[in-house]
Amino acid sequence: MNHLRKKVYVIAGYNTISLGTGRKEFHPKKPRPGLEHYIREAGQATLKIIGGGQKVDECVMGNFMAGRYNKQANLPGFFPMIDPELRYKPATRVEGACGSGGLAMTSAIRSILAETAEVVLTLGVEVQNTMKAVYGADVLAGAGWFQDRKKGHVHFFPGQFSDRAGAYYEKFGREKTRQAMARWYRQAIENARLCPTAQEYHNTTPNLEEVAMTEPNPRSFVAHLNVYDCSKVSDAASALAVVSEEGLKRTGLDPSQAVEIISWAQVEEDLTQPPPDPTELSTIKEAVKQALDRAGLTIDQIGTVETHDCFSIAAIMAVEAMGLAGRGEGPDFILAGHTSREGKIPFNTTGGLIGWGHPVGATGVHQAVTIWEQLTGNAGNAQISLTPERPYGMTVNMGGDDKTVVAIIYKRN
Amino acid sequence: MEYLTQFEKVAVLGAAGKMGSGILLLTAMEMTDQWLRDKNLQMELFAVDLSYDVLRGVVKYLKSQITKAAEKKTVWLRSVYEDREDLIENGEIIRQYVDDVLNRVTYTTHLSDIYNASLIFEAIKEDPKVKTEVLGMISKNSTQKPWFFTNTSSIPISFLDREARLQGKIIGFHFYNPPAVQKLVELIQGEQTESGLVEFARTFAKQLRKVVVSSNDKAGFIGNGHFMRDALFGLEQAQDLTDELTPSQAIWAVNRVTQDFLLRPMGIFQLIDYVGIDVVQYILEVMAPYFPDEQLMHEWLNRMLESGIRGGQFADGSQREGFLKYQKGRPVGVYDWETQTYLSVDDLATAVDPFLGSLPEPLNWKTVNFSSNKKEQLDRFFKQLATMDSKGALLAKAYGLQSKKIGIHLVDGGVAKQIEDVNRVLETGFYHAYGPVNEYFND
Repeated sequence: MNHLRKKVYVIAGYNTISLGTGRKEFHPKKPRPGLEHYIREAGQATLKIIGGGQKVDECVMGNFMAGRYNKQANLPGFFPMIDPELRYKPATRVEGACGSGGLAMTSAIRSILAETAEVVLTLGVEVQNTMKAVYGADVLAGAGWFQDRKKGHVHFFPGQFSDRAGAYYEKFGREKTRQAMARWYRQAIENARLCPTAQEYHNTTPNLEEVAMTEPNPRSFVAHLNVYDCSKVSDAASALAVVSEEGLKRTGLDPSQAVEIISWAQVEEDLTQPPPDPTELSTIKEAVKQALDRAGLTIDQIGTVETHDCFSIAAIMAVEAMGLAGRGEGPDFILAGHTSREGKIPFNTTGGLIGWGHPVGATGVHQAVTIWEQLTGNAGNAQISLTPERPYGMTVNMGGDDKTVVAIIYKRN
Repeated sequence: MEYLTQFEKVAVLGAAGKMGSGILLLTAMEMTDQWLRDKNLQMELFAVDLSYDVLRGVVKYLKSQITKAAEKKTVWLRSVYEDREDLIENGEIIRQYVDDVLNRVTYTTHLSDIYNASLIFEAIKEDPKVKTEVLGMISKNSTQKPWFFTNTSSIPISFLDREARLQGKIIGFHFYNPPAVQKLVELIQGEQTESGLVEFARTFAKQLRKVVVSSNDKAGFIGNGHFMRDALFGLEQAQDLTDELTPSQAIWAVNRVTQDFLLRPMGIFQLIDYVGIDVVQYILEVMAPYFPDEQLMHEWLNRMLESGIRGGQFADGSQREGFLKYQKGRPVGVYDWETQTYLSVDDLATAVDPFLGSLPEPLNWKTVNFSSNKKEQLDRFFKQLATMDSKGALLAKAYGLQSKKIGIHLVDGGVAKQIEDVNRVLETGFYHAYGPVNEYFND
């Protein structure tokens, strides 16, 4: 199979703020912008960079559960609202739980490869703060198999990953793992403080690692995680354009403002089955392997990674699944500082899901925007320096409990 | 099991009132929680009040409060509804719990419906005569010799016991307003109160996660014993200021001193309005005969009541006009006897603020009370206040000192068993950031 029969690029990334607890603008009892606001803001920002809706051939939107959070479906119909030039153009909404944004990316890439489009406006959005967390948990549980809901936890997904964390502690030791999770939290918040759109941008807590070592309390939450181990509830949208060489020319943008997608992998696992080994993210492992093989790279050549740290334990397991550390050695890798912004391979440089926010269906697109920012020098205060030998970035977006996974590798242009 | 059998048939008297509805809520949830652990338990709960109209209003309140409580204990609810296959999502489980609690309550206006009750919570009018009559009538007709929990905040339990002929089957169990939120319960034993009843009351309080402070059986107990005297001092302080200020300005000045300069959650006039000017008056009248050496009255209270202004809350819970007028819970005006209107707080402030002078530092109750270094903040603030001689500082120091003396007086007079109890009541029942008996104010 010829994986990439032509060149594919990402340009014109944009993130709205990630609104939710932690942001100064957020007040649970005051009215907030709705779905339309975020779609419009992100969509218009990207269109402005590429020269308007007339440059676009096709649109795709990643979203998880607007049907429940916002009682809204038929989301493709919002594209013409962004810009009248998008009227009568093809538009699609894709869904794969927290991996919806990743699916939006692969869907856009496919349109380029299929030569049905040269410029695809790609957007991810989720507006979750329409209900209290205890009801939001019901909505998020839809990312798992509904037949498992009854026996699941109040906070279904924290429950799933708490079980994984418990198994991991038992197999590889609790103390060091908890320390690595606390370190992960600190890095996430410190990175988020460098990014004005991040949900934790205003966070001023002094002793982050100490706070993150708070003992989990199963009576009020889950057995093996505390709230600092979890990403928060977020309202946000992210947008970018996926383009061909032809499309890039059409926008008139300097090629240095584009990054090239050099490989991608989309991997699906059986929703109705429990993980084969709770201490391993086997679907992520497979996706990353495929993406690296197709790019002809090894993980050591990747300069920076955006990984799906919906929970800190997922970050540890992802580090192992990517092959950066052996089984049970993810905590050592993190505690050695290798994933920090000055480390061997900086992870989640604007905070990731824990620090920047996790607007479920937007996350996959947000990750791509972050890598685009880093590889084009658009990351502002959060900018890291990448060596010429390792001009690559990778995103790993996961839907549900390691079920729908998209891994994409990007190269500086 | 002794504890649970008492819940066979429970009644709340005055269930539509602001205290009664809270007691109904907490009792209904406690009974339902016990039933969810053991579905064989037979338990009934009667909400009694004067009309079905007022009782209907309670349902809405219960529903919203039970929902809030359920949202906080969903982990536990999922476990107790584990066997219900039809309840899958949190939302479904929460709704079921709300239904189960609501369905536990029977509403009635007939006292005869509760003549066979085993446990009765009384939260009717704070009037010794009315309370004695109602309790006496139930006791006389009762087939069960029930235990009575009275929510009186001022009437001695031994008096009610004697007058209503309850033979020691009564205890003072004084919730603070609103019962669903306030952590404090004042527990008062009468001379004859049965020991089994005391034990039960302590278990019940523990189940409700309340902080219990025992008060001796002296009129007003600790809470009102302090608040009433504190309020009277505020009224006197304001009245004294009328040499220099208009009455409205004086009221506003003292309200600001007691809130801003003393770092309290509300000023003393706002608190009088919150409790109700009429209620304050009732309580003072109840207390007065027990303290013949003190003058437990103030003409300004009568004057307000004569003008038909009594504070308290509207049916929807919002604050009714009293000494002050409110918008969204915040004072916006002060009553003026001359014009019989409310003068705007902003206008009054132009005279009052310069009169009082500035605060030791820009700090307020909310910042201090929820701060992790509360003690240091308070120390710094009051140390600074002690050095100041602005009018506001002088009034605040006099007030703080008086508040301290009242606290000590409660212990010396045999109302409170110890200073710590007085401080705990003010800190948990009145949300003060610090107890009245402290090192900040001295002669």
